Amino acid sequence: MVISAETRARIDAAIAKYPKKRGALLPALHLVQEQTGWITPEAARELATIFDLHPIQVMEVVSFYNMFYDRPQGRHHVHVCTNLSCSLRGSRELLRQLEQHLGIEAGETTKDGRVTLGREECLGACAWAPVLRVDETYHENLDVDAAKRLVDGLE
Amino acid sequence: MQKVPFVTGYLTEHFGDDDYATLAGYRRRGGYEAARKALTEMSAEQIVELVKNAGLQGRGGAGFVTGLKWSFMPKGNDKPKYLVCNADESEPGSFKDRLLLERGPHQIIEGILIAAKATGAEKTFVYIRGEYAHPADVLERAIEECRAAGILGAKCLGSDLAHDVIVTRGAGAYICGEETGLLESLEGKKGQPRKKPPFPAQFGAFGMPTTVNNVETFSHAPHIVKNGAAWFRGFGTEKSPGATVFGVSGLVQRPGLYELPLGTRLDEIVFQHAGGPLPGRKVKGVIPGGMSMPILPVSQLDVPMASEFLRERKTLLGTGGVMVLDDTVCMVRVGCVITYFFRDESCGQCTQCREGTGWLNKIMQRIERGAGSLADLDILLDVAGKMEGQTICAFADAAAWPVQGLLRHFREDFEAHITHGKCPFPQSFEL
Ligand SMILES: Cc1cc2nc3c(=O)[nH]c(=O)nc-3n(C[C@H](O)[C@H](O)[C@H](O)COP(=O)(O)O)c2cc1C
Ligand code: SF4
Repeated sequence: MVISAETRARIDAAIAKYPKKRGALLPALHLVQEQTGWITPEAARELATIFDLHPIQVMEVVSFYNMFYDRPQGRHHVHVCTNLSCSLRGSRELLRQLEQHLGIEAGETTKDGRVTLGREECLGACAWAPVLRVDETYHENLDVDAAKRLVDGLE
Repeated sequence: MQKVPFVTGYLTEHFGDDDYATLAGYRRRGGYEAARKALTEMSAEQIVELVKNAGLQGRGGAGFVTGLKWSFMPKGNDKPKYLVCNADESEPGSFKDRLLLERGPHQIIEGILIAAKATGAEKTFVYIRGEYAHPADVLERAIEECRAAGILGAKCLGSDLAHDVIVTRGAGAYICGEETGLLESLEGKKGQPRKKPPFPAQFGAFGMPTTVNNVETFSHAPHIVKNGAAWFRGFGTEKSPGATVFGVSGLVQRPGLYELPLGTRLDEIVFQHAGGPLPGRKVKGVIPGGMSMPILPVSQLDVPMASEFLRERKTLLGTGGVMVLDDTVCMVRVGCVITYFFRDESCGQCTQCREGTGWLNKIMQRIERGAGSLADLDILLDVAGKMEGQTICAFADAAAWPVQGLLRHFREDFEAHITHGKCPFPQSFEL
């Protein structure tokens, strides 16, 4: 079993909130990723069993959503918004500089597994552009140096 | 960096007070008195009539009359009925719901209770975009406070209404903002919009009668119950009553949130409130209502921000996300950013949308590279025209409109790329 007893208990609590079991599938995927970082094939199989689905049905959902991952990820996600309001305020340059700084392109993970860099669509923080998301936290109004420092500070 | 609105009104006046997000702080300012009145002194029909008379229109983009929508819910209790609070806010240029969630969670819950009474719904699902982890936490905390205080539960505020609120986090898909894409996602599926009819009031979340409203729409309800329809109509225009929270972003001095009556002129928002262009620059064009809404050139900003007036200029209010572009900006690049977004986010069910968004982006990029031809402009308009009104949901229209707007008002930018074979705006933002 890859899904821990604790995660399983939280999934069961989520299932209890919905009129149909499957309503808890997105919450469950979030919970499993919290535990394992991505949706491994074994985790997908276990989820399929819990939700009375075929593993492929779980994977279809995983691949539809940007925030679910079907492959290993860095310990941290650094996502730069490249939508219009952020682009107008220099987010593309910010992303390019971070790519150079980390030696990877958007979508890739550093060799040490520390950071997965990505571009993201509008994050809903347009007045404070450019905006970058590190895991669950927004960082707004960043210049290139501050962004590099931020990324360097990630464990 | 100002995180609370620059201009406030009834929705946001307490957003600067940190305790307003707590139950005690909200109650100190009269919170839940409107819900108490609705739950204990008013009938469902009276609430629906009141909200209809106030003329509140949905703030999620489509502007449907809220009281009317509530009246579509079937009467009787043979099936469970649900509300959905749409907190997906993924229209680029929109960021008002995030502040409403972070600073005014109880105002939303109070609006939900009023709508629950009006529709007979037993449960509300708040579907919040996955990236909004912090706003989701704030809302969860507020819900917990309400459960502990008996505001939510078997006897909400001591009345006969039983209601609970569940928060569901999305996972990064723009199309889950479309209400039936949202419903699919809420049910644990891919967020692919449903064919309508049946409409959510008949067949909604988990197959049950459902009303979907935007975060801001719910937030207005307590104020209407408290102050009445005539008071609400004291703000805004005859056809678009009330205030709204405009989000201003892009190349202006003071990007931020501004709560203003509907019908406030766009040039007043851009030049007075948001302080106008950056030093030494001039405003070139403004997207008035989130990225799906067609752009207006600077010569047409003397328009009241209400759909009945914006429509005359071939655009719409959308979500009130005002994006300001100045004279350094290359409109072809703007077209590239916009069409890339729609190509990326199409759910792929409809051919016109899946293929059309791809074509629009490919041609835009070709023109930006300097490899386009004048015939490409006709192709863009042809493709955009074929995407309108043909698909399962309005996403394809939303993808076509901005392209039409750019070509309507900034055709010369496109022609210059084609004739010079390169981008003629050396200072434009990087792509
Ligand atoms: C492509 C697309 C995306 C949408 N995204 C959102 C959204 O993020 N938030 C929202 O409230 N409404 C969004 N809507 C509108 C919803 O479908 C729906 O009309 C709205 O949530 C109803 O609430 P209201 O009547 O209170 O505005 C979207 C519509 C479309 C076609
Ligand atoms: S219009 Fe586009 S987004 Fe909407 S259902 Fe069709 S393919 Fe999906």
